[in-house]
Amino acid sequence: MRTYIVHKLLHAIGVALVVSFVSFFLLFHTADPASTLLPENADDQDIARFEEQYGLNRPLLVQYGDYMSRVIFAGDFGVSWVAKVPAGGLIGASLWPTLKLAIAAQILATLLAIPLGIISAVKRYSIVDNMTILIVLVGQAMPLFWLGIVLIVIFGVWLKWLPASGSETWLHLILPAITLASFILPLNMRLVRSGMLEVLSQDYIRTARSKGVEERSVLMRHALRNAAIPLVTVSGIQFGALLGGAVVTETVFSWPGLGRLAVESIQVGDFPVVQAIVIIFSGFTILANLAADVGAAWIDPRIRFE
Amino acid sequence: MTLRVEDTADMVPADGGVEAPPSQAYIVFRKMWHLRLGVFGLLLMAALLIIALFAPWVATHEPLDQDILERLTPPAFLEGGSMEHLLGTDQLGRDVFSRIVHGARISLTVGVSAVFVSMIIGVILGLFAGYFGGWIDAVVDFSVNAMLAFPFILLAMTLVIILGASMQNIILALGISNWPIFARVARIETRKLRDQEFVVAARAQGLSHYRIIFKHVLTNLAAAMLVIATVEVARSIIRETFLSFLGLGIQPPTPSWGLMLAEGRDYILTVWWLSTLPGVAIFLSCLGINLVGDALRDLLDPRMRKA
Repeated sequence: MRTYIVHKLLHAIGVALVVSFVSFFLLFHTADPASTLLPENADDQDIARFEEQYGLNRPLLVQYGDYMSRVIFAGDFGVSWVAKVPAGGLIGASLWPTLKLAIAAQILATLLAIPLGIISAVKRYSIVDNMTILIVLVGQAMPLFWLGIVLIVIFGVWLKWLPASGSETWLHLILPAITLASFILPLNMRLVRSGMLEVLSQDYIRTARSKGVEERSVLMRHALRNAAIPLVTVSGIQFGALLGGAVVTETVFSWPGLGRLAVESIQVGDFPVVQAIVIIFSGFTILANLAADVGAAWIDPRIRFE
Repeated sequence: MTLRVEDTADMVPADGGVEAPPSQAYIVFRKMWHLRLGVFGLLLMAALLIIALFAPWVATHEPLDQDILERLTPPAFLEGGSMEHLLGTDQLGRDVFSRIVHGARISLTVGVSAVFVSMIIGVILGLFAGYFGGWIDAVVDFSVNAMLAFPFILLAMTLVIILGASMQNIILALGISNWPIFARVARIETRKLRDQEFVVAARAQGLSHYRIIFKHVLTNLAAAMLVIATVEVARSIIRETFLSFLGLGIQPPTPSWGLMLAEGRDYILTVWWLSTLPGVAIFLSCLGINLVGDALRDLLDPRMRKA
């Protein structure tokens, strides 16, 4: 198990370095920050001063090395070009709202996916099964931000049950969390359903039943535990998609998280903030993948020896 | 990413005898029903294609013509609407129906072209990685993992900022960000095919690696790639609408569905249909494409054929 974890960890660190370098290269080299940020009538002197101020006139590799060493050893993500405050501070303030949203959505999607997936696998062709298929079909064809808008219209504008935007109370969390959960629900549900279908036809399930194990226990302990492996793995891979979905959701609901900050920063060319968010997002994704790999290996020892 | 109703587990009663398996007639009905969904999807997709191809003839107005006196009129099916503007008019008095019809062109062009870009990159990389193995395989596998750790939407947005917001660049940005899915499947499938007898035989005959890869292996990959491509077109359409929604995609006044959604959002409190109607267009298009993708998978997947 330890070798397995070390191997996965090294791989994750490599991926993290490559992602950070590619985004750094794209943002600070290819995108030409000076022309994005300075007014159009800025002369060469202004540009030189700007590049001097932020160290952009040094070789790219030196800039990157300097940047990463400060990120890793001091947690310093540089200074926002627009707000003129440390990018790390801006991100710190937006991190919790995004995590709150992502966790709420993940919990909601899992709480719905597991029972619906199990029921639709056990009682095939039933109403629940058909409903599950319908949710999957509709969910995959619906743009997330449109669902958000529709929810705002129905629950915020017509019924006035829930606030349409903002984040002051827990009530504000409901609509964004439903929107984001709908993003991952179809895949989760399908995984539980097909996983359960496969597992339920195995010999050990028949054995468990024939020795008189209660049906509830067969489903939850014998079947679900095995059916959950793909769900655990995919939840890790999905975490990146979930954060991507958060970008969309936060924009629609004016949710003060990292996603909205990312969109705003990209639009105004505030690249230190964008770079920091890319690092945070991919960092979380990589960690989630790592956790999923280790989790899957913990559930299913065979994986460790592949 | 699609649901398979008739997967192989169908052949085995999954309930293990707890309840009676569904009758033969019911299974046949299910298969028909499932196929019917595919037919329904095909109809939706055909409608989308026809509308996109013949947009100028389907539309009742010029999509860019403004009529300030006729601003924000409701659709014909709501009180106060008229048949003159089937889906009403927007904040500049432009005909919403005509804009949605012309928007189909944009969405379909971007969706199909972007998938084409990612498919070419992904399939070539996947073929080489799977066929040759070794360091090529390691590099491709690593790149795929790195790409998957990159927040997709941030990458696409960054690329659009770097390249500039135009239709070609959105296609490039979406295409470049989305190749890993093709590479991953192509790589795995190629690795399986590589050791099969027909490939070994082709090599024994003295065929060059490139000929084997692009003629024999690629032919066998085509079905799987087609299925993925279909579903990815729908996803690319959704992504384009989001980029446009953020102002990083198609630029006004071009009628893009995402842009229309964004513009309608300012009027959401009073004129709710302005934002919701383009969404319906996106939804129906993607539903159609996904259903066709599902049906294709069932038809083309060799495992399904055996079953």
